[in-house]
Amino acid sequence: MHELKQIAERVIKRANKSGASAADVMLREDDTFSVNVRMGEIETLKEAISRSLLLRVFVGKRTATSHTSDLSESLTDKLVDETVEMARLTSEDDSGGLPERSIFQSEFPDLNLLDPAWENLKPEQRINLALRTEAAALKADKAIVNSEGAAFEYARSRVTLANSLGFLGAYEGTVSTLVCVPVAQCKDGMQRDHWMSAARHCNHLESPEEVGKKAAERAARRLGARKIPTCQVPVVFDPLTARSLLSHIFEAVAGGSIYRRGSFLVDQIGQTVAAPGVTLVDDARLPAGLGSAPFDDEGVPTQMTPIIENGVLRNYLHSAYTARKLGSRPTGNGSRAGSGVVSIGPTNFYLKGGSQTPEEIIASVKAGLYVVELIGFGVNTVTGDYSRGAVGLWIENGKFVHPVQEVTIAGNLRGMLKNIEMIGSDVTFVGSIAAPTLKIGNMVISGA
Amino acid sequence: MEVSKSTFFENYNVTGSDLEAYLGEALSRGGDYADLYFEYRITHSIVLEEQIVKSATKGVNIGVGVRVVSGEKTGYAYSDDLNREHIIKAARTAAFIASSSAQGGRIGIPNPIAQDRGLYSVPVVPANLEIAQKIRLLEEADQAARGYDPRIKQVQVSYIDETKHVLIATSDGRCSWDLQPLVRLNVMCIAEESGQRQSGYQGGGGRRALDVFTGELDPKELACESARQAILQLRAIDTPAGSMEVVLGPGWPGILLHEAIGHGLEADFNRKKTSAFSGLIGQKVGSELCTVVDDGTIPFRRGSLNMDDEGNPTHKTVLIEKGVLQGYLQDRLSSKLMNSPLTGNGRRQSYDHIPMPRMTNTFMMAGESAPEDIIKSVKKGLYAVHFGGGQVDITSGKFVFSASEAYLIEGGRITAPVKGATLIGDGPTVLRQVTAVGNDLKLDHGVGICGKDGQTIPVSVGLPTIKIREITVGGTEK
Repeated sequence: MHELKQIAERVIKRANKSGASAADVMLREDDTFSVNVRMGEIETLKEAISRSLLLRVFVGKRTATSHTSDLSESLTDKLVDETVEMARLTSEDDSGGLPERSIFQSEFPDLNLLDPAWENLKPEQRINLALRTEAAALKADKAIVNSEGAAFEYARSRVTLANSLGFLGAYEGTVSTLVCVPVAQCKDGMQRDHWMSAARHCNHLESPEEVGKKAAERAARRLGARKIPTCQVPVVFDPLTARSLLSHIFEAVAGGSIYRRGSFLVDQIGQTVAAPGVTLVDDARLPAGLGSAPFDDEGVPTQMTPIIENGVLRNYLHSAYTARKLGSRPTGNGSRAGSGVVSIGPTNFYLKGGSQTPEEIIASVKAGLYVVELIGFGVNTVTGDYSRGAVGLWIENGKFVHPVQEVTIAGNLRGMLKNIEMIGSDVTFVGSIAAPTLKIGNMVISGA
Repeated sequence: MEVSKSTFFENYNVTGSDLEAYLGEALSRGGDYADLYFEYRITHSIVLEEQIVKSATKGVNIGVGVRVVSGEKTGYAYSDDLNREHIIKAARTAAFIASSSAQGGRIGIPNPIAQDRGLYSVPVVPANLEIAQKIRLLEEADQAARGYDPRIKQVQVSYIDETKHVLIATSDGRCSWDLQPLVRLNVMCIAEESGQRQSGYQGGGGRRALDVFTGELDPKELACESARQAILQLRAIDTPAGSMEVVLGPGWPGILLHEAIGHGLEADFNRKKTSAFSGLIGQKVGSELCTVVDDGTIPFRRGSLNMDDEGNPTHKTVLIEKGVLQGYLQDRLSSKLMNSPLTGNGRRQSYDHIPMPRMTNTFMMAGESAPEDIIKSVKKGLYAVHFGGGQVDITSGKFVFSASEAYLIEGGRITAPVKGATLIGDGPTVLRQVTAVGNDLKLDHGVGICGKDGQTIPVSVGLPTIKIREITVGGTEK
């Protein structure tokens, strides 16, 4: 951590010297370990320490960014100079610049992101977690005859951020994932599905036996899936597919989509956009949350931002740039995934759980589809038009009767949000976006 | 190629004896095979939006991946530091996978061979000098899109280029290097009319230098095409739902083959018998009109490579010939374990990833029908010409791809444009439904990105106009 801080400070100094009027730099160091096992044997084992540097400079109102995996002084010095040179060639942008000086803080709460206990797990024990997971899947159901494998992944990440306004912050976190992909077979063909658990702390991860068993049940129940005739019925999304709906909502409330007017939720703050009972937040301060962080990738302190309260749209999510563009305040959602250019990222973006159990929701459906997997990219955030391939279970009189595949479900996200009829109590976090079971009153299923 | 030696030898002082030492360390606990993948990648990107340059970015990534294979097991480690100690440490970590006693013996590394088969045009001017030139191209595209129609309210033009130096050394005594260029320009437009908004998207590129955009791929044309799509969608009607006859236009709709056929024929899934295509070699999976190939050797194409990411030359591989399934796409591991010839399809995203079987440029050979006649032959159906993307469930074989520009066909004529819709089908059977293949094979403009197991790589697809007797269309209009 100390070394990263030194590099960060060196880079900021160099940027100033090179003629930048402002600059910020983010450094990441990740220790990663992953093991994939298949049919009881190790398939791949991977381990590495990787580093990256993400730099942004301003020359007046012009900006440029750069990124590198080579943190040597000779290369970074040269890259800083080139980045400043590049900035001189870009356009003046009135909304550009670092966040306002007054927004930065020097004290942050402990969000409980790090569990040192992971370090005590020897490679053999980590491998064993994956082996136990797959073994549990293979013995959970006779139909499970093959496997795409199981994996255990661990990462310890250190983030350091510094800017020319004097901000210097750092945090560290761990996260582990256990995932299993069994294959079930019957005379009609094969089906696979998966289950996973992800957590920052050892004792928050589901047990290998639990993950394997759930994955096996999910794969086996898909056997014998068939197409159904085209119809218009209620659709229930399980927490993993509901999570994908939330990712579209996230895209639609991201400040970048709003100032570009590329969202079906543009100009709708204060309006009812979802059914009553729908409350959605982006909460970066959730203790031990997978998406939690004390400050964002621009150094802005993070917060809890209400997005939808009881169906009413309250806020969009902002970086310093989109906030300035739209006359709002940064919400701590600046993200430098990949190239170093700041965009908007979710922290813990989730729909709050309701009072009903998933069983009660399924029992409420007379005839409809319970969706367990969605594939394809048929979602248009500009218009809200929605059409995706679906796999699921057909519900009749509140009970599953047979699995369904090779159908699509279609609607428009505007209508779908207003048509949320029931909200489950089972919010499931496997990443930074999460949702409970959701029932949507009515969608078109296209099939035979 | 201008460069006579690999940059790793020239600028990073890597020597043949270093490579031998690293491979020796990698096999110090045994193992059948080891390889080193050195990568030095420089990227530049520029985004123009609201008529100003919003961002300019440079990226420099460097690293080496060390792989040790022992039977079906793979150990992998990488270092983004090319110092000797770091690479030795990575080699030792990768070696952990093997547990038998060391094989011993010296590994001989020959002088590295440049894999130059003339498949790319490599930039000769340092990229920094070109920034002003690139910005001019983006501005031209922006103006063209805005000039297309006053209802175009937002234009985003983005440009990215990549120059990738690769050096691969293997314990079976191969050492080769390549210099791989890649450029892409995208134009996204948003049209707005009486409160309604629609988007359009078009891009192009290839393994070329910047000159591709002053030659056959005119940014102004890409921009007008993007604007045309956005404007067209303003009057699109709801898409019908249900199974119907579908005509796919030439070029990018070849994404159908990529999803429905290509992924299912990647050897890893077949070796593990988890693909819906497992065991179907020699069987009829399509109509006689269908011949599908994967060809990594087409000059300047986005999916083309002089060598794959395991150092093996790329091939033209026939996947389906006249409807009959011919073979799989192989990487080294699957080819060994399946005792099947290499096809040059071992690819990886970068040095921090393990290679696996992947596609290159995948397309269907042209047939004999005139495209107009194909459309005329449809009484009622859908004509889909532009797609957003697709996905497949390899095990069940079900695939989807999402149309972003499609029209109704009524009485043999193309009529109203319809809203985007997802088409869904079954990989091993969809080609049996192909009842006409046009004489107008086109490859896409060079924008394809393929994702598998968290790794993305550039690919290309192609298709002549084809007619599919029946496929499910996911519309909202019952």
